[in-house]
Amino acid sequence: MDNISALLGGFADVITPMNLLIALLGVIVGTAVGVLPGIGPAMTVALLLPLTYGLPVEQSLILFGGIFYGGMYGGSTTSILLNTPGESSSVVTALEGNKMAKTGRAAQALATSAIGSFVAGTIGTMLIVLVMPQVVDFAITLGSPEFLAIILVAFVGTAAILGSSRVRGFAALLMGIALGLVGTDFVTGQQRLTFGSPFLADNIDVVVIAVGIFAVGEALWVAAHLRRRAATVIPVGRPWLSRADWGRSWKPWLRGTALGFPFGAIPAGGAEIPTFMSYLAERRLSKHPEEFGKGAIEGVAGPEAANNASAAGTMVPLLALGLPTNATAAIIIAAFMSYGIEPGPLLLTKQPDLVWMLVASLFIGNFFLLVLNLPLAPTWAKLLRIPRPYLYAGILFFASMGAYAVQGQPFDLYVLLALGFVGFAMRRFGPPVLPLIVGAILGPLFERHLRRSLQQSGGDISGLVGGPVALVCYFIILGVLVWPLVARLRRGARGDDDDADDGGDDDTPSGPVSTSTIPNWG
Amino acid sequence: MSTEATTAPTRVRDRAQYGLCAALALVGLVVIWDATRIGAATSSNDPVGPRAMPFIIGAALLVVSALYALDVYRGGVGEQEAGEDVELGHPADWKTVGLLAGAFLLNAVLMEPLGWVISGALLFAAAAFALGNRHHVRGLAIGLALSLITFYAFAIGLDVNLPAGILQGIL
Repeated sequence: MDNISALLGGFADVITPMNLLIALLGVIVGTAVGVLPGIGPAMTVALLLPLTYGLPVEQSLILFGGIFYGGMYGGSTTSILLNTPGESSSVVTALEGNKMAKTGRAAQALATSAIGSFVAGTIGTMLIVLVMPQVVDFAITLGSPEFLAIILVAFVGTAAILGSSRVRGFAALLMGIALGLVGTDFVTGQQRLTFGSPFLADNIDVVVIAVGIFAVGEALWVAAHLRRRAATVIPVGRPWLSRADWGRSWKPWLRGTALGFPFGAIPAGGAEIPTFMSYLAERRLSKHPEEFGKGAIEGVAGPEAANNASAAGTMVPLLALGLPTNATAAIIIAAFMSYGIEPGPLLLTKQPDLVWMLVASLFIGNFFLLVLNLPLAPTWAKLLRIPRPYLYAGILFFASMGAYAVQGQPFDLYVLLALGFVGFAMRRFGPPVLPLIVGAILGPLFERHLRRSLQQSGGDISGLVGGPVALVCYFIILGVLVWPLVARLRRGARGDDDDADDGGDDDTPSGPVSTSTIPNWG
Repeated sequence: MSTEATTAPTRVRDRAQYGLCAALALVGLVVIWDATRIGAATSSNDPVGPRAMPFIIGAALLVVSALYALDVYRGGVGEQEAGEDVELGHPADWKTVGLLAGAFLLNAVLMEPLGWVISGALLFAAAAFALGNRHHVRGLAIGLALSLITFYAFAIGLDVNLPAGILQGIL
């Protein structure tokens, strides 16, 4: 049980009064910002990143762990009390959660969500401790060709599986990789796509890309379609659960955790799929199926647990391989890079203290979250009433500050605005945001492994397919790419051609919420 | 929009999408053009060189933009993003977007000469105004409070890069 003792070492590093204070601060700020309407967990983390710049690396990580879990929880409060979820992973929570809130059970919905998040987060973080070192042991034996293949799986996974349209996913991915090309080539020192500007020679910082696409893009998009009358916020008392609610909640929490963690750990798209699967499972298993659609507590407990467990699951590929599997993880990687930490299989061997400290602070952040959120829920609910002009003005304010703080160049503010308009166009036309961020982060890494593999094989293309791991990856990619064709043929054979409105071989536009396409994969 | 397109028996085409396809193709061309200007610097150490990746990505962008256009031609539509404060179904309010972008640019221009405290406060007040805030004094007061707090907390407390500008020595 080396892992456990290493983890205890991590706890020993974290538990000082100063560090606990920092963790508490992270949870409070993360929740407060995450609760604000229009701000999902990824944007919370991106906007609050500059907060950590002045601290030593260790304390930055502790603050960050708190912000991460706080932002996650804040998002679900918003969807329960407002019914207009800002991000896909809380769509399902809103289904039953908002119905509960409307029938006067907001307190119970928030309580089952807070306690479920705590249970799932704790089990999930424990699973990180058990699984991650094994993945690292395996990953450390991999060479560049294998990594190349794994990154390709991440590319194809985020572009083709998430969202409703493959061609739009790939468009976003390629834009991200193109953004990642800007700057100085790391081998030859050649300038690429800098157009002679010395400001671009240093590459565009991923933090600037993330803040531009998420925060500025969101503010511009909202400005174009601002809802002039405020949405109704449901008042809430102090969250509590009756015995009956406990009895109905604990199994969904555990099932949600079991669904969420593995899905979080594979590059197939974060919390969207497991939350929906958990919802379907709870509806089927419930003793009160008639309550579904009218506010069934199981329909909040399960998906919320799945959401948090999948967040914990994303930490496995993130810490072991340096692969982001959802938007929040992508920004965490950007944060690591800005602290000078290189995420990847060597991280655990080179800086084990840091990794275990981070894991320990995840436990602590998760605990603080429970302690804070039960009593503070009414306060958080008040934040939902913030006047929208101030809210989005504040987002722009903090976005500018954060982007400037990265390098101290006003030039980055112009880049930020340009990226904001890219983000606007993506919200308008539907290409998903995640593949762009993943492309921008992994694109340079992909090129590095590509060049290194070919260097090892002396320029021979066959050097790219080295070993069974790479082969398995290429089979997965092939499967993902070919699957819709197979599905189409099977549908055609059964004779129910449901895609009168369908757009081409590589695209299946769907309804307003992509949940309509999810059962096909489940 | 998208519900309309998926449920209506007649196809509602969103032709503005072709503009996005064109933009993607343009980016692809720029990436390829830029790569051709780089000298062919391959060596035994680096058989691929700095040009390969941009060529691949540029070509892929061209292919995807063509497939995207084909998809749009066949009636594919993207979903507009919904959200807590977003009301779709109206045409975009470009005036607000323009004002907001203007407020942002103003901050980018003024940040170094005037300093973060002044430019940040102006950014907040102007952005809030663009979004419909009509309590000008309150907007400015909140902006000033925010920029003072952030300046003292980050620039002075945590050594984060924020310019003092003309208030250098006063703050």
